[in-house]
Amino acid sequence: MSVTPESPSQQPNALSRRTVLQRAAVAGLVATPAVGFLAACADSGSDDETSTPNSGATSAANPLGAPEDQPINVVIFNGGYGDKYATDVHEPMYKKAHPKSEVKHQSSQAISTLVQPLIAGGNAPEFVNNSGEKSLDFGALVADGQLQDLTALFDAPSVDDPSKKVRDTLVPGTVDTGSFNGKPYVLYYVSTVFGIWYSGKLFTDNGWAPAKTWSEFTALCDKIKAKGIAPYAYAGANAAYYQWNIILTSAAKIGGADILKNIDNLEDGAWKVDAVKQAAEAWAEIGAKYNLQGAEGLKHTDVQLKQNQYQLAMYPSGDWIENEQKKDTPEGFKYQMLTTPSITGSDKLKSTALRATAGEGYMVLAKSKNPKGGMEYMRQMLSKAGGKGFTEVVKAPTVVLGSTDGLTFTPGTQSSQDALKAAGSEVFNLFFDGWYKDLDKEARTATNELMFGRIKADAFVERIQKKADEIKKDSSITKFKR
Amino acid sequence: MRHGRVPFILGFLVAPVTLYSYFVLWPYVQTINLSFYQWRGFTKKRWVGLENYDRMLHADRFWQALEHHAVILVLLPLATIAFALFFAFLLNVGGKGRGGKTAGVWGSSFYRVVFFLPQVLAVPVIGVLFATVYRPNESGLINGVLLKAGLDKPIGFLIEKNLALPALIAVLVWQAVGFYVVLFSAGMANIPAEIYEAAELDGASKVSLFFRVTLPLLWDTIQTAWVYLGILAFDAFAIVSVLAQDNGGPDGATTVLGLEIYNNMQQNRYGDAATYGVALCLLSLVFAAFTLRLTRRESYEY
Repeated sequence: MSVTPESPSQQPNALSRRTVLQRAAVAGLVATPAVGFLAACADSGSDDETSTPNSGATSAANPLGAPEDQPINVVIFNGGYGDKYATDVHEPMYKKAHPKSEVKHQSSQAISTLVQPLIAGGNAPEFVNNSGEKSLDFGALVADGQLQDLTALFDAPSVDDPSKKVRDTLVPGTVDTGSFNGKPYVLYYVSTVFGIWYSGKLFTDNGWAPAKTWSEFTALCDKIKAKGIAPYAYAGANAAYYQWNIILTSAAKIGGADILKNIDNLEDGAWKVDAVKQAAEAWAEIGAKYNLQGAEGLKHTDVQLKQNQYQLAMYPSGDWIENEQKKDTPEGFKYQMLTTPSITGSDKLKSTALRATAGEGYMVLAKSKNPKGGMEYMRQMLSKAGGKGFTEVVKAPTVVLGSTDGLTFTPGTQSSQDALKAAGSEVFNLFFDGWYKDLDKEARTATNELMFGRIKADAFVERIQKKADEIKKDSSITKFKR
Repeated sequence: MRHGRVPFILGFLVAPVTLYSYFVLWPYVQTINLSFYQWRGFTKKRWVGLENYDRMLHADRFWQALEHHAVILVLLPLATIAFALFFAFLLNVGGKGRGGKTAGVWGSSFYRVVFFLPQVLAVPVIGVLFATVYRPNESGLINGVLLKAGLDKPIGFLIEKNLALPALIAVLVWQAVGFYVVLFSAGMANIPAEIYEAAELDGASKVSLFFRVTLPLLWDTIQTAWVYLGILAFDAFAIVSVLAQDNGGPDGATTVLGLEIYNNMQQNRYGDAATYGVALCLLSLVFAAFTLRLTRRESYEY
C-alpha cells in the first residue's frame, strides 16, 4: 500500500540528470492519486446482485433443504486454530453426508482482503470463518443485509438426535452471542473463557497461591516483584483490549453484570458509574507499580514470550493462549487461569465470576448462491463428532454440549473449564467491541493512557463515555441492543 | 507532411491517455463521488451530501494527522536533503582531486551501495527491523546498549508521545537518504569539472566549493527532491501502520491521513475513507503547486 514511487529508483545511474528530474516529477504526480485510487477500486463491482436462494428437497438427512448438487465455498481463517480442523474434520463430514455437493476450500490470514471483493463482485462464498485482525465488521454486514438469518439452522433437528433442535444441543448463550437485535446471524463456535494466566510451575516452585481478594493480589504482586519477576503486564502496542476486558470484568464484579449491558446498549453515563471508576483506579495502580519494563511498546507475542521465559508472572488473556503459545512454552510450564480478584469487600459477584463467550465467528452469506448449503455445513459442524473433531485438532472446547466427553484437556484448558464450572451462573459477556469498533479503539487507547500512568480513572471513563455518546448520536452507525 | 501530423500524434496519445484516464482520473472521480455517500462496501450507497466532510472536520484525529503531516513536511525533506547532499558531496567531490579531477572520498563506490541498500528493502521489512531497533527493553538494539551502559530506564522511542513521531521520521529519513544520494550524485556528475578546477585554483576550500558551486548548480535537483519528499511526507502510511503503537498511537500521536483512510476502511466506512482521500489529494496538490511556484528560480546553463 505504500505510495512510494519505485520507478526512478531502479536504474538511477543510467539516467541523465534531466530524465531523472522529469521522471521524478512524473512519479510525484502519479504518487498523489494512489491513495484515492485505493479507496476507489473497491467501488467497481455490481451493486444489486440478487440471486434467488437455491433449494432442494427436505429429508431427514437434509432438514434444511440444501440443494444436493450445488457446491459450497468454504473460507477459513488460517490463524491460531489453523484450517486443518476444516479440511480434516468438518469438510469430510459434510461431503460424506452430501456426496454430490462439492466443497471448495480456501483459507486466508486476511479474511476481509479475500472476501470483501467477492461480496462486492457478487460472488459471495457460502460459508466464512470471519476472524482475525482483518476480519469483516459483523455489525456492518448485518446492517447491510449480507448475513443469512440462522434461525432455521438453530431450529432444525440436530444431526445426532433428530428429536432435539440444534439450539438445544449447544452451550446456553451461544445463539444470543451471535444475535443482533434478537436475530441470530453469527455462529460462535469455540467456548472461550477470559481470565489472568500464570505458570503453574512458577507458582508452585515459589509457593505462591492465586489471589482471590485485592489485598491478596497486591501482596502476591509484591512477592513476585521481590523475586525480580514482573508481576503483571499486557501488550500495549497492539493488545490493549486484553486489559480493558479485565477492567470491565472487575467492574461487573463490583456492580453486577448489568453494568456491561448498559455499556453495550450505549446507555447515558454507562461508563461513568462508580464500579467502572473503581475498577479502573485499582488496575491503574497495578499498572503503575507492577508492570513489565517497556510493556507499552511490546506486541502480544513479545509479552507472551516473556511469560514463557518466566520473566513475567501474570498475563490477561482468553483461553486460546495455551494453544497459541504451544511452540514457545517450556516443558512443565503448565498454564493456569485465575479469575480477576474481588476489588471491594462488597462486590456484587463472587471472585469466581468470569467473562465467558463463544468465540470464533462463522457466518453464511445471504447473497451467496447456496446459503442453505452453508447452513447445512454449520449443522454438521454442530454435531457431536464435529465438535469433538475440532477439539481434538485445536485443543479448544466448542459450544457443542457433550462433545468433549472422553477427551482429556491440556492443563490450561482444564483450568479454564474448571473455572467456568466454579463460576456457576455468574458468567457474563460483553459485546460493544464487536458492535462498535470505534468504541473498542477508544477504549484501547484510553486503557493505555490509564495503565501507563498518563491519565486517572476519572479521565479514563470520561473519555470513553464521550466516544460512546458520539456513537449514540451518529446516525450513520447502526445500533444494537441486548 | 503537415496533414499527416494530427493522426500521427493522436496515434501515439490514444493508448496512454486512455490508460491514464481509466486507471488514474476515473478513480479520482469515483473517490470524490464516493465521499458524498455512506457506503459499507457491500450493497447500496446512501447519499449523505457533506455529512462525511462535516464529520471529518470535527474529528480530532483529522487535525492530529494534519499537524503530523506539517511536522513531517518540514523535518523529512530538511533532514533527508541535508544528509543526502553531504554524503553525495563526499562521494563525488569530497576526496583529494587527482590530476585536476575531483574525486570522492576513499571507498566511495562501496559507500554508494551501502547508502542505497535501505531503498531496496520493502517498507514492512524496515518496519519490523526498526521495531527491534526501538524495542523498549533489553532486547532492543538501542535500549539494549543503553541499558548495559548504565541507563536505568529504557527510552520509549515509540511510546513517548513526543518521541514517537520523530522516531518514525528518522526511519523515513534513513530509508530515503540513499536514493537522494544517487540523485544528487547524478546531478553533481553533470557539473562541469572546469568550474571546480577554476574555483580550486582560486583557492576555494571544500566548504565554499560546496556552498558556492555545488549547491547553486544543483538547485533544480534539490527542488525536485523537495517536491518528491513532500509527497512522501503526505504518505508515511506504511511505516506508521507497521511500526507505530496501537494504530497511529500512542493516543493518535503518530497518525497520518493515510492511516485514517485505512482505519475508516477497516470499519467499513468507505464514504468517510474517500473523504479523507479527497483531503489528502487536495493537500498534496496544493503542496506541489505551492513548492514549484515558491522555488522557481532561474537555472544555470552550462
